[in-house]
Amino acid sequence: MNGDQDPILKQVTQGEYKYGFVTDLENDALPKGLNEEIVRRISAKKEEPEWLLEIRLKAFRYWLTMKTPEWAHLKIPPIDYQDIIYYSAPKSNKPTGGFEDVDPELLKTFDKLGIPLNEQKHLSGFAVDAVMDSISVKTTFKESLGELGIIFSSFSDAVREHPDLIKKYMGSVVPYRDNFYAALNSAVFSDGSFVYIPKGVRCPMELSTYFRINAANTGQFERTLIVAEEGAYVSYLEGCTAPMRDENQLHAAIVEIIAHTDAEVKYSTVQNWYPGDKNGKGGIFNFVTKRGICLGDRSKISWTQVETGSAVTWKYPSCILRGESSVGEFYSVAVTNNYQQADTGTKMIHIGKNTRSTIVSKGISAGKGQNSYRGLVRVTKNADNARNYSQCDSLLLGDQCGAHTFPYIEVDNETAVVEHEATTSKIGEDQIFYCNQRGIDTETAIGLIVNGYAREVLNKLPMEFAVEAQKLLQISLEGSVG
Amino acid sequence: MLSIRNLKATINGREILKGINLEVKEGEVHAIMGPNGSGKSTLASVLAGRDLFTVTGGEVLFQGSPLLGLTPEVRARAGIFLGFQYPVEIPGVSMTSFMRTAINEQRKYRGLPEMSATDFLKLMRDKKALMEIDSALASRSVNEGFSGGEKKKNEIFQMAMLEPKLAILDETDSGLDIDALKTVATGVNRLRRPDNAMIVITHYQRLLDYIVPDFVHVLSGGRIVKSGDKSLAYELEEKGYDWIKEENEA
Repeated sequence: MNGDQDPILKQVTQGEYKYGFVTDLENDALPKGLNEEIVRRISAKKEEPEWLLEIRLKAFRYWLTMKTPEWAHLKIPPIDYQDIIYYSAPKSNKPTGGFEDVDPELLKTFDKLGIPLNEQKHLSGFAVDAVMDSISVKTTFKESLGELGIIFSSFSDAVREHPDLIKKYMGSVVPYRDNFYAALNSAVFSDGSFVYIPKGVRCPMELSTYFRINAANTGQFERTLIVAEEGAYVSYLEGCTAPMRDENQLHAAIVEIIAHTDAEVKYSTVQNWYPGDKNGKGGIFNFVTKRGICLGDRSKISWTQVETGSAVTWKYPSCILRGESSVGEFYSVAVTNNYQQADTGTKMIHIGKNTRSTIVSKGISAGKGQNSYRGLVRVTKNADNARNYSQCDSLLLGDQCGAHTFPYIEVDNETAVVEHEATTSKIGEDQIFYCNQRGIDTETAIGLIVNGYAREVLNKLPMEFAVEAQKLLQISLEGSVG
Repeated sequence: MLSIRNLKATINGREILKGINLEVKEGEVHAIMGPNGSGKSTLASVLAGRDLFTVTGGEVLFQGSPLLGLTPEVRARAGIFLGFQYPVEIPGVSMTSFMRTAINEQRKYRGLPEMSATDFLKLMRDKKALMEIDSALASRSVNEGFSGGEKKKNEIFQMAMLEPKLAILDETDSGLDIDALKTVATGVNRLRRPDNAMIVITHYQRLLDYIVPDFVHVLSGGRIVKSGDKSLAYELEEKGYDWIKEENEA
């Protein structure tokens, strides 16, 4: 915060990225570039039905007419979409095989990431779908969940095994025309997860998908679709990592959630894509469209995200509150260090009566990072007694970073109550000195202070993830004394 | 335990401490009194290692070793505790995790293993009882939303937890009503031991009714201008600080 701390600020940020290794795998990849032929070949690789290919082609043709969105507070170099590989799958993987059929190299990779795919070894209470590059490697506990009528599978399997559900729900919340990256994803998406919780069932374990980008020059385009029938409940987690590479890599995903009457879906993300090096070289471009619809009365969708990775993050997990008395929540911690940029927030669209939404956003900027909150609260004409509470806090470490808040509020119903609070603060020298005086060094003090600042959001994460996320926050800010 | 020799310090080029000399031995309580702006809090900050101030002369030995080159956290780990005049709020960080981090950092420095969760919670319980501290305190964030009195009590509680060799209490009495003052003083007295020492900085004699010092020093214009036993405090109370100033000028 003053001249003396500049040297510390500069040695900053060597927060080692722990997941930057590459697994040496033989890949079955399509050539670089994007055209109709590539779209057809992706579909063919996945042995998809005609109707899905049709959707892809429509999306692709529509995408060709679109322009990259430029409204976000982000500086992104032009992306050459012809210089990306759109499909790359580890060769040895047999998509529908059991545990013993999975390539040991792949198992080792996920073990190293702390995601054992062997059900015996696995953390109790978690089921995992592991996705590497363009395909799902293994989904655990598929059978035991199946006994409850729960479907938890890779998206490709779901297309084969539950085409009616996919046909009914895919694109119903995020249509391919929604935005540039949604159109791109709809054209070239390769895998992802599908979750279906039948009526009245409370999913007994946390479901999670772990996304890993491994191959070079490859983009990851996955889709996640979660459907919770009447009275169903599920808590779903996603984690993501990628190797350290000098080139930027593209990740453009779609997540759709459908909550029927009295259903509840909790969706948590710990996003730790490779953020690039301390000079801003490399890192993942993360352009994600996440949206849920509270279709039924009293349904609830809750997004919690801890965003520490990626060179660029562009994502706005949103809720369409259609059912009466439905509830939408968004809890976010976003960290930008070095040259990372994030433009993230949410949209809460109140359509039903007595709908409620809560937004808690905690931005942390360090180094030369730029962090923007962008949020829309819209109350439509018929949404009597809608309530929204938004709180957007920004924390600055050092004087070379930036925090920005872009709240949009559109209210068409006079019974609505919309509250917005925003604060910007710096970690005070006096706070750091106070910790120092108790014997705590500056690095640890910053970790403590930042975790305290983000606690309200971290508390929303499932226990195991909360611990992980806390460590992650500390690591991503290592050295960034301001 | 502590010897300060001809200590000089500046802030923004302005000299605040103009040559302080002070010897503190084990088991002693020293009171430092003085008018506003005399350099009392600066002395506390300099001893704790706050980098707002620049030491321009003199030396400080703590348990025989030079103190001034050490970082604030190393001084703390070596056993120096500062009770803040204005304790700082750290939102979202519970007292429990704050104290646990502090204790384990200090133990690490002394080559001791981390304290187990059970031992730590027991220690926390014992010290809360000793200091007569509200047990809800542990789950609250560090000083956040605390009243002035609670903040000061919390400083003394932390001192009890960390068991420092030398405690410097910077105007711990400021802003306290008489009941809070008594609680704080009782706490401090319970922590007095033959093998530790305290420097109590205060503007008023009132605190010294409850924490009885072995020595009283008067700081004025960046120097200790008068030292004596506790009767000096009463004399000051009676005659005011102007008396010292006049006596010095004479």
